[in-house]
Amino acid sequence: MNGADDGDLAGLFRTSLGGDEKAYGEFLKEAAALVRVWARRRAAHSGLDPEDIVQETLLAVHVKRHTWRNDGPVKPWLYAIARHKLVDALRRRGRHARVGLGEVEEELASEEAETARDWEIGRALEVLTPGQRSVVTAISVEGRTIAEAARSLHMNETAVRVALHRGLAAIAKRFGRE
Amino acid sequence: METHELIKALAADTKRSGMPMAFAWSGAAILAVAVAAGVFLALLGPRSDVANAMQTLRFLYKFLVTIALALSALGVLRVLSRPDAEPRTLLPYLAIAPALLFAGVLAELFAVPTSTWPERLVGSNGLVCLTFIPLIGLGPLALLLLALRHGAPSHPTLAGAVAGLAAGGVAATFYAAHCTDDSPLFVATWYTAAIAILVFLGWVGARRFVRW
Repeated sequence: MNGADDGDLAGLFRTSLGGDEKAYGEFLKEAAALVRVWARRRAAHSGLDPEDIVQETLLAVHVKRHTWRNDGPVKPWLYAIARHKLVDALRRRGRHARVGLGEVEEELASEEAETARDWEIGRALEVLTPGQRSVVTAISVEGRTIAEAARSLHMNETAVRVALHRGLAAIAKRFGRE
Repeated sequence: METHELIKALAADTKRSGMPMAFAWSGAAILAVAVAAGVFLALLGPRSDVANAMQTLRFLYKFLVTIALALSALGVLRVLSRPDAEPRTLLPYLAIAPALLFAGVLAELFAVPTSTWPERLVGSNGLVCLTFIPLIGLGPLALLLLALRHGAPSHPTLAGAVAGLAAGGVAATFYAAHCTDDSPLFVATWYTAAIAILVFLGWVGARRFVRW
């Protein structure tokens, strides 16, 4: 783990926590890249989709970002969250009947096809209220800003922010639970 | 939803961060002490000869042990509520109170004749102790588990058990002002058993409620 590197990322995270959306987006992108590499190595033989781990970790990073000591390094914190989520996912996987070999092969084949996959997060989205879902979708999938989403959904910006906040918290809570 | 889409949604929600952990912990600790004090005063109250008892070493030593337990367990709990905590580096702090208690027991064994050991160990408040320490500690434990849930412990059940220790330390500190059995032999036996109940409850509670 590169110390200077961590300092940059920590600085970015500190700026993000000050309320800087752009910095936060950058930080999350870099965090996602780190966790992706990390998760690929660990989830390779488990039948888990590493991208599920990435997304679940990002959600946890988001709802638990107040647990970071902002004078400390960020990578140990990030990987600790990723580890927690990976262990959780493996445990869930273990509880269900083990997948058969055929299924794994099928999964591998479909991964090579690299079509739009149905990630865990899709199921988590189902728990949102219709209002929350339209706000979350407008901002994520359609890429709108808070102001644009407010206009297109005929809501005020505060209501959009609240719906987004609650929606993301609900997704984080529901993620991966059956 | 693709990951880059998720990131957009998360980034747009940057302004509403959770309550800082330092604030959550000081709030939980202060409330825990207040609740314990309330339950203690409502149910028990200090013993009638408390002014005289304050002059005796055995009475005061109880507080040394219980306060050491409460503070060390709270300190460890605070750290354990973060995902990147290293439990192994923290465990020595949890040995402080037991070590103090052990020293007190040794001193007691040298100070008093062997024939009085059983009577000092059994005391006259064993069951009271076993009832009221958990009772006083229940509210504090709930508050500490709430703060723990606000955090992100990588070892939730261990942290829950430590929350039980901390609640036990707080409860025992109040209970010690009521109890007339001051021998370290009594404390080592009954307080330990009573606090173990809270540790168990904390462990079970964290399993169920501290998931993230």
